[in-house]
Amino acid sequence: MRLESFLLMRHEILLTVALLIILIAELSTENKKKISNLSVILFLGVTVIGFLPVPEGLLFGEMYRTSHLIVLMKNILNIGTLILFFQSAEWIKQTEYKNKVSEFYMLILSTLIGMNFMISSGHFIMFYIGLELATIPIAALAAYDRLKNISAEAGIKLILSSALSTGIMLYGISMLYGTVGSLYFSDMAGANLNTPLQTLAFIFFFAGMGFKISLVPFHLWTADVYEGAPINVSSYLSVISKGAAVFTLTIILYTVFYSIMPMWKNLLYVVAILTMTVGNLFALRQQNLKRFLAFSSVAQAGFILLGIIDGSGLGMASVVYFVLIYIFTNLGAFGVVSAISVASGKEHIDDYNGLYKTNPKLSLLLMLALFSLAGIPPVAGFFGKFFLFTAAAHSGYFWLVFIAVINATISLYYYLLVVKAMFINKNENPIAYFKSAFTTKVGLLLCVFGIFAIGLLSPVYEFIRMFSNIL
Amino acid sequence: MDFLTLFVVVPVLTIIAIVFTKNMKQTRLVAAVGMGIQLLLAVALVFMYLAERKAGNTSEMLFSHSYVWFESLNIKYNIGVDGISVAMILLTGIVVFTGVFASWTVEYLSREFFISLIFLSTGVFGFFISLDLFTMFLFYEVAVIPMYLLIGIWGTGPKEYSAMKLTLMLMGASALLLVGILGIYFNSNAGGGELTFSILEISKVHIPMAAQRMFFPMTFIGFGVLGALFPFHTWSPDGHASAPTAVSMLHAGVLMKLGGYGAFRVAIFLLPDAAKEMSWFFLILTGTSVVYGAFGAIFQKDLKYINAYSSVSHCGLVLFAILMMNRAALNGAVLQMLSHGLMTALFFALIGMIYGRTHTRMINKLGGLMKVMPILAVSYVIAGLANLGLPGLSGFVAEMTIFFGSFQYTDVFHRVLTISVAASIVITAVYILRVVGKILYGPIVNKEFLKLDDAHWYERLSTGLLIVGIAGIGIAPLWLSDMINESLSPIMHQLLNVIVK
Repeated sequence: MRLESFLLMRHEILLTVALLIILIAELSTENKKKISNLSVILFLGVTVIGFLPVPEGLLFGEMYRTSHLIVLMKNILNIGTLILFFQSAEWIKQTEYKNKVSEFYMLILSTLIGMNFMISSGHFIMFYIGLELATIPIAALAAYDRLKNISAEAGIKLILSSALSTGIMLYGISMLYGTVGSLYFSDMAGANLNTPLQTLAFIFFFAGMGFKISLVPFHLWTADVYEGAPINVSSYLSVISKGAAVFTLTIILYTVFYSIMPMWKNLLYVVAILTMTVGNLFALRQQNLKRFLAFSSVAQAGFILLGIIDGSGLGMASVVYFVLIYIFTNLGAFGVVSAISVASGKEHIDDYNGLYKTNPKLSLLLMLALFSLAGIPPVAGFFGKFFLFTAAAHSGYFWLVFIAVINATISLYYYLLVVKAMFINKNENPIAYFKSAFTTKVGLLLCVFGIFAIGLLSPVYEFIRMFSNIL
Repeated sequence: MDFLTLFVVVPVLTIIAIVFTKNMKQTRLVAAVGMGIQLLLAVALVFMYLAERKAGNTSEMLFSHSYVWFESLNIKYNIGVDGISVAMILLTGIVVFTGVFASWTVEYLSREFFISLIFLSTGVFGFFISLDLFTMFLFYEVAVIPMYLLIGIWGTGPKEYSAMKLTLMLMGASALLLVGILGIYFNSNAGGGELTFSILEISKVHIPMAAQRMFFPMTFIGFGVLGALFPFHTWSPDGHASAPTAVSMLHAGVLMKLGGYGAFRVAIFLLPDAAKEMSWFFLILTGTSVVYGAFGAIFQKDLKYINAYSSVSHCGLVLFAILMMNRAALNGAVLQMLSHGLMTALFFALIGMIYGRTHTRMINKLGGLMKVMPILAVSYVIAGLANLGLPGLSGFVAEMTIFFGSFQYTDVFHRVLTISVAASIVITAVYILRVVGKILYGPIVNKEFLKLDDAHWYERLSTGLLIVGIAGIGIAPLWLSDMINESLSPIMHQLLNVIVK
């Protein structure tokens, strides 16, 4: 193996270097606020370099593999994290966090490294290490406000339930090993995984992944953790962490479990309906915006399954495209909620009454993001949803599409409730006008740009589609 | 850029210009100028269309252009017009323009109001020029969603409830529509070609019967909800009654026509076999709309509710005529869309103006308005007469043509339906004349009314323009009818093919 071939792992190496630089900076400076700026700039560099072309290939005897599609996925996650960093820069400057600024960035970067390995894995052990690296630091992040009970509780809840789900998944993986005799993805793909034991193994594996993506019935942790964790961590959980898990699940379903496609299609059919419906019905009654967005993101995960269920390049493209849009959209929504929470400490829908009078720009942005989540044209969410539905219809699942669109209509109801609060409801004391910090503005403007541009500009979709046939 | 795209670009530019206006006066001026240009474009389009046809251009769609959008899914931005869409575009141009003047005095958040209103019209214009199912669906949803804000923020009465009901019902309808469109798309390669969203290309393919049976009801109901198909019409009375004037005008005048136009252009045109087979069921539903709407209107006391139910009845008639599927009835359907669009817009404009002065819409609290505001009152009478189908005004021409068409079926089922529907149209006269007698003539019930003034210049402009349109269709229906008739040939060809099979 030549040394250049390590360049295939460029994303992971860059992230590790950035992580180490932040660590050194943390040790050598007293001014923690500078670390925040340094991290954002470093990560900006990492994101940009990530877009340089890189060859496809395998490393460590197939343990690690990379392709254009995988690089694209990593870049999408990088973009999302970058926006999140912009949005967090102001939040992290609050005095209560002043001694743990670098922890936030380091923990996020290490989860990102884990996710990258997870997506790139060609072997279940590699996948497992990536998964753990992606999960454990998030539990620490969820407990970032550790002096607040609710945040500490979120951390514990996340680590315990994720340990359980990972355990179940490992059990499934061990059964696969027992029946196939190898943990390499390529060997599994070659084998026919049709025996009942393997089916059980698959279901265990799927349950583990379902936990990460918060599919019903593995979603119960979602709302509590989102509510308890600091808002920017919830944002990261709902967008990047979920996106990475969706990518990994799609890749593994399409390659490793290709031989039992009809079986997992049936499973996805049921889980998709459950996830959309339960997510939506619970979102209807939420008053806390973090819980509200948590259930909305459960429902969105159900929609994503409609893309995965297609099982062809079309489905893969629609999933990647939707996740890209979802990142911009949901970060836009969380970004506004976070900005308002930092400025006024308010997180309830009722607090938003009359917001348009005092903060018109933030209200408009939140409305755009919510419309995009609901899939209203001309914003990007419409295109994302339409293509997901197209993918499901491509496999002939017209009734599933029908149920999904009805669910989209239900979701419109609760998204409109927030719009109604901001634009229609009257309020004696609306949240006062405040100026957002420069970094927050950049983070939000990037979202606006994405929400408008990604849908209307077809080259984005075509670019994704071009790579998505080759796995 | 091609000519038709201007119909989408001009409103968008107007919206951008409005963003930079400073006060209400500037805002409404910019809106009026923008929509004035739009109206002129629509008039110019009519003349260009006629000239082109005269020059012997016989292609199905004129001024058509096609740009690839999402290449791998074969989604194109594909536009073009035939006589029917030209007529609908002219209608939209008139209603939007007059709508701007009808909302001349909106003060509360006027910038946002005009932006939403014009955004809505962008969707409508885009819908009428689209020849691609994807863009058509996109513009349809663009037209629906601003409605929520328009009714919710600027409406009256139980506005939040009405706005939510309207938005959710129409979005639910678009859910059905989406499945229908995807179903058509994935069967569009039945002839061996590639998958396509293009309406013209799909019309040349014979979609398998099983697929037609599944997707025709979805598409027809999807569009039908917007056209007030019974039992999915309930959004309409509440929505119209709560909406601000210009929005009622636009909604009843134009947006409900999207339903008729879509049912005609997509459901019947692309899935003709299933349409033939299932028409009996939907004929009963649409017939119920007509009868139910008419009876509903009798029992209402609020002017807007009366008109909203009357719209259910008249838009039901459009769908009814479309399902008759012969040349005369289809011709009548298009005429009815135009005629109803204009007179309903006039009605809602006048009701808005009366409400703006008297602050009530209840007929028992109004009376003797003829003495106080003669111009508005006379216009109201004209609108009423057009609505009940007086010869010489647009309503008569349209209804006559429809019944002429539907009477061509000689079997008992069609006869019974036609007669009961025609009979309920007579009921229109009951509620129209009752309202006219009650609120315009008779003694002045409220002394305060004597202080009220008559129409201002902007109100005269908007009512005048609409009356000209109504009388225009009524007195000289032929040129319009010719324009429509010509464009019916492709769909008639489709339907005739079905009978041969």
